[in-house]
Amino acid sequence: MKPVEIAKGIYDVGVKDWNIRDFHGHSTHMGTSYNSFLIVDSKIALIDAVKKEFSDELIDNISQIVDPKKIDVVISNHTEMDHSGGLPRVMHRVGEDKPLYCSKMGQKNLSLHFPQHFNYHAVENGETLNLGRYTLSFMETRMLHWPDSMFTYLNEEKILFSSDAFGQHYAGYEKFDDCVTEDIMLQAKKYFANILLPYAPLILKLVEQVTAMGLDIRMICPDHGIIWRKDPGKIIDAYVGWSRQNSGKKAVIVYDTMWHSTEKMARAIADGLSEQGVAVRPMHLRRSDRSDIMTEVLDARAVVVGSPTLNNGLFPSLGDFLTYMKGLKPKNKIGAAFGSYGWSGESVKLITQELEAMKFEMIDPGVKVQYVPDEKALAACFDLGRKIGQAM
Amino acid sequence: MDRYVCTVCGYVYDPAVGDPDSGIKPGTPFEDIPDSWECPICGASKSDFEKE
Repeated sequence: MKPVEIAKGIYDVGVKDWNIRDFHGHSTHMGTSYNSFLIVDSKIALIDAVKKEFSDELIDNISQIVDPKKIDVVISNHTEMDHSGGLPRVMHRVGEDKPLYCSKMGQKNLSLHFPQHFNYHAVENGETLNLGRYTLSFMETRMLHWPDSMFTYLNEEKILFSSDAFGQHYAGYEKFDDCVTEDIMLQAKKYFANILLPYAPLILKLVEQVTAMGLDIRMICPDHGIIWRKDPGKIIDAYVGWSRQNSGKKAVIVYDTMWHSTEKMARAIADGLSEQGVAVRPMHLRRSDRSDIMTEVLDARAVVVGSPTLNNGLFPSLGDFLTYMKGLKPKNKIGAAFGSYGWSGESVKLITQELEAMKFEMIDPGVKVQYVPDEKALAACFDLGRKIGQAM
Repeated sequence: MDRYVCTVCGYVYDPAVGDPDSGIKPGTPFEDIPDSWECPICGASKSDFEKE
């Protein structure tokens, strides 16, 4: 694929992964891209590599602009293998004696990935690198979203190379925010909800710091998806909003069901919520991917969780989802549990314990129904939905 | 001596081990670490730690 010149002498030489649909358990319906940036100046710099299997394609892309041997410095903003997997091949072509810039934690973590003794240069926070016309500044952004994460900022063009932050899993020839529709925001939201949500407080701190520094950002180049050049403020504002976790009148009902009884309960709860003017998303755990569910959870005030009781425990898909959601640390949520059972009925209690451990405000002891819900039981579910709606 | 967990990244401060890279000797109780100390993994501040 032809490299895209994003500013004078600065190219996106990255690759597209059109067919990936499962990105370490995160669904990627639109594929993804591994962006890599080549800066051609008196000195030539490459920012981030790509996933290992795309290494040759990256080198071909670079070769359309310059001979890879002419690259003077390689910068690794993030150690994760979708950006570092290609580094051994790239360094082999660029020259293994060339400096590999990264954060201190980057050096530590890269050396735990690759046996090669690269010529690491661990940067100090705020350190600069002059390339000729252009100067790069490095900014540590630990835990956004790995300990090694950092941003690289190009002072003269005011371009932020933001690693995974502000990214979206999207493969396309459209490379900029002004070339795509609003749908891209859904991909950005999904990325945030599934990757960055646990670090929301750090994002707010970082935005505050960057604002205080008066850093002017004209373009944001993430390592996945499109580049924000028309309105980089839009994605920053969206990140601030998502990080604050202010939710609207919205509820997600996450459930699984064996003989449709818990499903009937979910529908009745949805009816009760809807009567209160709440936007409701009932999501069946084996019909919806966990990462799509988390995208809906991000801006929901209530998460209502239902499970049948199977062999005295939760239905297994609930274990998957609750583990996943717990790790992502959503905040400011209210919750309730429900479920059908045959003879023991532990599920409601177990869900309640899990949600309480996640610091959800439980607004009801929950509803459990033996075998098939009758009209009275469905009315109790409707009332539960209504009560949750009124609590918003 | 209690162990403390970083609420940001999950790193555990073990007083028996200390944090020699940051000049905190083995055997230093969490309470005696200077307030300017940061999590060696993620840079979170001392106040972001909770007792394990």
